[in-house]
Amino acid sequence: MTRLMKPLLLSAALAMASAASAQTTTTLTVASFPSFDLAIKAAIPLYKKLHPEIEIKLTSLAFGDHHTAMTTALATGANLPDVMAVEVGFIGKFAESGGLEDLGKAPYNGLQATSKIAKFTVPQGMSGSGALAAMPADIGPGALFYRKDLLDKAGVSEADLTKSWESYIESGKKVKAATGAYLLASAVDIKDIYIRSGLKDGEGIFFDKKGTPLINTPRFEKGFQLAKAARTAGIDGKITAWSNEWSEGFKRDKVASQMMGAWLAGHLSNWLAPESKGKWRSAQLPNGAYASWGGSFYAIPKKAANKAAAWDFIKFMTLDKGMQIEAFRSLDAFPSLIEAQSDPFLDQPIEYLGGQKARQMWKVSADKIKAIAVDKYDPVANDVVNAELDKVLEQNKDIKTALADAQEQVKKRVRR
Amino acid sequence: MQAMPKSTVPTTTTPLGAGAAQPGARKRRRSFRDYAPYVFISPFFILFLVFGLFPLLFSIFMSFHRWEPAAGLDAMQWVGLENYIYVVTNDDWFRKSLYNTVWMAIVSGVPQHAVALPLAFFLHTAFGRWRNAVVGAYFLPFITSTVAISLVFSSLFSRDYGVVNAALGAMSQVPVLGWLFPAQNIDWGQPYYTKWMISFVVWWRYVGFNTVLYLSAIQTIPKDLFEAATMDGAKAWQQFRYVTLPMLKPMIFFAVTLTIIGNLQLFEEPFILTGGTGGLDQAGKTAAMHMYATAFIDNDFGTASSIAWLLFMVIALVTWANNRILGEKKA
Repeated sequence: MTRLMKPLLLSAALAMASAASAQTTTTLTVASFPSFDLAIKAAIPLYKKLHPEIEIKLTSLAFGDHHTAMTTALATGANLPDVMAVEVGFIGKFAESGGLEDLGKAPYNGLQATSKIAKFTVPQGMSGSGALAAMPADIGPGALFYRKDLLDKAGVSEADLTKSWESYIESGKKVKAATGAYLLASAVDIKDIYIRSGLKDGEGIFFDKKGTPLINTPRFEKGFQLAKAARTAGIDGKITAWSNEWSEGFKRDKVASQMMGAWLAGHLSNWLAPESKGKWRSAQLPNGAYASWGGSFYAIPKKAANKAAAWDFIKFMTLDKGMQIEAFRSLDAFPSLIEAQSDPFLDQPIEYLGGQKARQMWKVSADKIKAIAVDKYDPVANDVVNAELDKVLEQNKDIKTALADAQEQVKKRVRR
Repeated sequence: MQAMPKSTVPTTTTPLGAGAAQPGARKRRRSFRDYAPYVFISPFFILFLVFGLFPLLFSIFMSFHRWEPAAGLDAMQWVGLENYIYVVTNDDWFRKSLYNTVWMAIVSGVPQHAVALPLAFFLHTAFGRWRNAVVGAYFLPFITSTVAISLVFSSLFSRDYGVVNAALGAMSQVPVLGWLFPAQNIDWGQPYYTKWMISFVVWWRYVGFNTVLYLSAIQTIPKDLFEAATMDGAKAWQQFRYVTLPMLKPMIFFAVTLTIIGNLQLFEEPFILTGGTGGLDQAGKTAAMHMYATAFIDNDFGTASSIAWLLFMVIALVTWANNRILGEKKA
């Protein structure tokens, strides 16, 4: 026993000495998901120059797994990162949970900075009680991407598409007749955009301020009717987004337009339809609608270890003009910082879209998007509404009955 | 004269001081060896306690509470049996998912055994040297990752570009039997077809496993029974029916129990084949998927735990029924 004492004490002393010297660097743990983590990866070398004593450790899980892991971490209070990336689909749930720091209060005072950020996205990161749970990092202004060559063959112009929903559907019939291509992948897209327009202040998409479901309303009814009209006209391919058929549909010229966030241009040119380079164009959404798809946020969990360093990093990611543009370049994430939206980068023509200066158009769209309140039960309501719309489209269920059923279902599942 | 040998028997002497404190019995100092067996078996028990027993008990505890996970552990509220009552009376997606689960359990489970039994018998009698290779080929689907299989099958079953539809379309062109096959592409995502697609993938995966089980059981049947049957003039299928099947009864009971438990817990294949949603009209949603959705989409861990325990009760009931029908009857 005593024989081992000396070497043991020696190695323990050495370990303590090395630990002491290593203590001057703080490790900041960041949890994110692809491809949003590309922004962090681009930021690490830049941030190291500003703060050499901070070491950033990035863990990245697939989109669904990341949010499930964060839910579990918040539930138990263990394994929480210092900086948590959250996407808009989950921000409602996390903001209401009470497990995230209120970035509006001292020492963060984040509310002073929110005037620099695109107006509509700030309320998305706030909880019902007015706490700023997360800082917006990027936004997804909605755009209509269409195949110019297919539209030209059918003799349809961009104005025909965007004038109104009725003219959109009419153009769809012409495109189908002339080229055999579907104008849109799924009629559900029309419903999705329509229900995001015409909202009153303080209303959410599915719930009002008090949490009552808003599904049995004229807004949803018109959305369902338009979707049904598109399906009856035969202009939609009944293809779900991100499925095999969807990506194949782009490659085989079977889908002539897609409404989605501006970041779709990056996906199209990278893997969805690289051979169609130059044939796509971007336009504003039909009928003067302005909506956003996606949007990512950064939050600090209450039980995080290095909150001060985390806040400094978040400020760098969200409020530093250079970093926002860098993220824009690397992952096509439209900056939430208003200052970054007037960078000369936005004037550059996009080759994939035939040299169109689409980023300027997206900036216009971003300015006009209305602020929509998020509710933590949004994913539940979305599930139920889509299930009912499926029945309307596939099984000819009556729209009014479907909406009434959806309203009841949501009330039940929310059990407030 | 020989000297008296000194006594070589070791005398046990207790240390004077310590011995006085213990009347009579000597106490040997406990050494590591006494604890060694427990230390060696402890890894299993520690893992079982942490990952098996604790989640089980915590899940029962959770099912009596209302709990939104993201709010942290202090947000748990005791609600008693409310979750169970809600699931049984008011949750139509639970009833639908239970119906789907039972439907798919039967449609994929019965062919698993109906095909595996004759197949095992055939493999036992027909193949000599190649038997192991053939059995290995049938067993391969079972040991392949479920996720990988489901991903590949979801492309195979793709409506416009999948191989399955291409094959069916080609078969419909065949002159005599062509009318049996659909001329148009089947949309496997449609509620009517979704369950068939999932059941097919599950059947494909487990038929090999059951074949191996039955083959191993057939190999234990003494050869003289078959010889006696042959001498009595029994043909192959008669031997199968009157010799093999009765002797296989214990193995059939075991394999059917495994199928019941596994199929009623079906999660991975329907989850990936329907893209996590359960398909149109929840046609492909199983009870386990509904539990997962209730926990992670509805953010209701309490109700999800009660669904898990209700599913457990269903499985226990069916297993008990299976025991009554196929089990060993103790005289």
